[in-house]
Amino acid sequence: MFSADILIPAVLNGLVTGAVYALVALGLTLIYGVLHIINFAHGALLTAAMFAAVFAYKLLGLDPYAAAIFLTPFFFLLGYGLQRFVIGPAAHGEDRNILLVTLGLAVVIENALLYAFRADTRTINLPYAFDVIEVGVTFLAVPRVIAFIVVFAVALALWLILRWTDTGKAIRAVSKEKLGAELSGIDVAHIYAVTFGLGTACLAIAACLLIPIYYVSPNVGDAFVLIAFTIVVLGGMGSVAGALIGGLFIGVVESLSGFYLGESLGQIGIFAMFILVLLLRPSGLFGVRT
Amino acid sequence: MKGLVPIVGAVALLGTVPLITSSNVVLNFLVLVFLIALVGQGWNLLGGYGGQYSFGHAAFFGTGAYVTAVLQVRYGVNAWLGFGIGIVAGGVVGAAIGALSFRAGLKGSYFALVTLAFAEVLRIIASVAPITGAGVGTLITLDLRPEALQFQSRAPFYWIILGLVGVSLILIRAIEDSRFGAYLIAVRENEDAAEALGVDTTAVKLGAMTISAAITAAGGCFYAQYFLFIDASIAYGPWISVEALLAPIIGGTGTVFGPLLGALVVKTLGELGKFATGDAPGLDLVIYGCVLIAVVAVAPRGIAGMLSDLRRHFLSPKTAMPPSLRRDHG
Repeated sequence: MFSADILIPAVLNGLVTGAVYALVALGLTLIYGVLHIINFAHGALLTAAMFAAVFAYKLLGLDPYAAAIFLTPFFFLLGYGLQRFVIGPAAHGEDRNILLVTLGLAVVIENALLYAFRADTRTINLPYAFDVIEVGVTFLAVPRVIAFIVVFAVALALWLILRWTDTGKAIRAVSKEKLGAELSGIDVAHIYAVTFGLGTACLAIAACLLIPIYYVSPNVGDAFVLIAFTIVVLGGMGSVAGALIGGLFIGVVESLSGFYLGESLGQIGIFAMFILVLLLRPSGLFGVRT
Repeated sequence: MKGLVPIVGAVALLGTVPLITSSNVVLNFLVLVFLIALVGQGWNLLGGYGGQYSFGHAAFFGTGAYVTAVLQVRYGVNAWLGFGIGIVAGGVVGAAIGALSFRAGLKGSYFALVTLAFAEVLRIIASVAPITGAGVGTLITLDLRPEALQFQSRAPFYWIILGLVGVSLILIRAIEDSRFGAYLIAVRENEDAAEALGVDTTAVKLGAMTISAAITAAGGCFYAQYFLFIDASIAYGPWISVEALLAPIIGGTGTVFGPLLGALVVKTLGELGKFATGDAPGLDLVIYGCVLIAVVAVAPRGIAGMLSDLRRHFLSPKTAMPPSLRRDHG
């Protein structure tokens, strides 16, 4: 039962799934790191992006990986607009209000999708969905391997943006010292919106990576976002590296606990870990205690 | 106690409705309004007065509902007794979650997250555990006798839920006047300052959460008895967590009548939405979400806040604060 032949494939599969979790968590942690709010609309936005990818395929015949090229800038603008014109003005700068506004957005998006598309689950059939490649002792599905590689590319791109571009520097400045950044002439409302846009754009990419291997229904985002919350808390709120490592770790934990305990108990394992981390070390394993 | 007259007056006035009409549509509508008002009043004590925003009040609602139902169905406990035990059980769950999270120092978004997570854990457990009927749910056997807390007509249910709302209104009003209430508001306004002045903030928050959970659990007990059926996604589902905070926020957080006003507005809007488009799933929640955002954006103190602003504006224009001085913390 604990032999390497079983364990290694389970771990590899977990790592590959975990990479997509990490991408969802990356968007969440980026927004938290700068705006210091938890975006409760994150899951609903992921669902919206997944629906967009499904319809891009069904109506326009766009392959999900090609659709990512169009959906990513579109969701960046959507996120930018939401923060700039809805969340920012509605919240009056109070954290409690931001919580409520993002919760309200989540309720609206999820139920608008439910109203429009009913509770049916949808999938798309891609010719290459079941292709596999051999990795050492096991076989991995091609779409999963693509997802794994893309996630690391996106994380690298994000890191480069934050490290080297003027906008990236402004984002880091705002996250460290909002007032100081404002005094140096940085447009904080704009930077907030850019950050929210980047976080939402991560979701569009995650959605396009997920669609070949997963289904979509109006509340599919809930499952991912609770895992993403766990990862973000585990990795430390606002830490990009923490989100990546945390995502891979959670993927492996889920894969192993699902393998040994069964599907529904495996789900509880993640929540139990989430609650434990929140209670014992809310700043996360990699975060700085404040 | 000041402010008792409007409560007794409002409850007495509403109590005459079943004498005027026996329309099931009207009574059913008002029963649901009162149910949400009760559940929301629980949230209001912790969130409105204490400033601790819970996103998981379903944990208490569901516990009340399941304890009432399971005790009757599986252990033959009398329904009235089960109702009482359900309320206590909700309070115990509230105290347990509160003790864990407040001792760990969770506040703000962390507190919202952990309450949400606890509600989800309970939902998953209820959807697999045999004692709750797992995925099938629990059906309370039909037994239309007052001893079994079931009635032929809706009027007795109406008076019971109205009575519970009345008790919760008086309780909240009494807390407002008490030392505990003052401590709780101090925690909301500035927790560090309250702590520095010697308030045991953890104990105050814990007390508020226990009472809050018990009030919301009473709503769950009533739900089980009124509909005679619950399953995991009804009892512990996110919908009730949302409605619990929606009512007080729309009506006015930290006010006695806020949850009742808010529940009336929310349910009226939901019914109008259904009336306009037919009974489509999801539409009422779309409306609720939009209203939530709109209220936070334009009337952060809810309807009650708006009314008191208007009254101040018209009755004593000289003492009214200019809008720039109100709630403007940059």
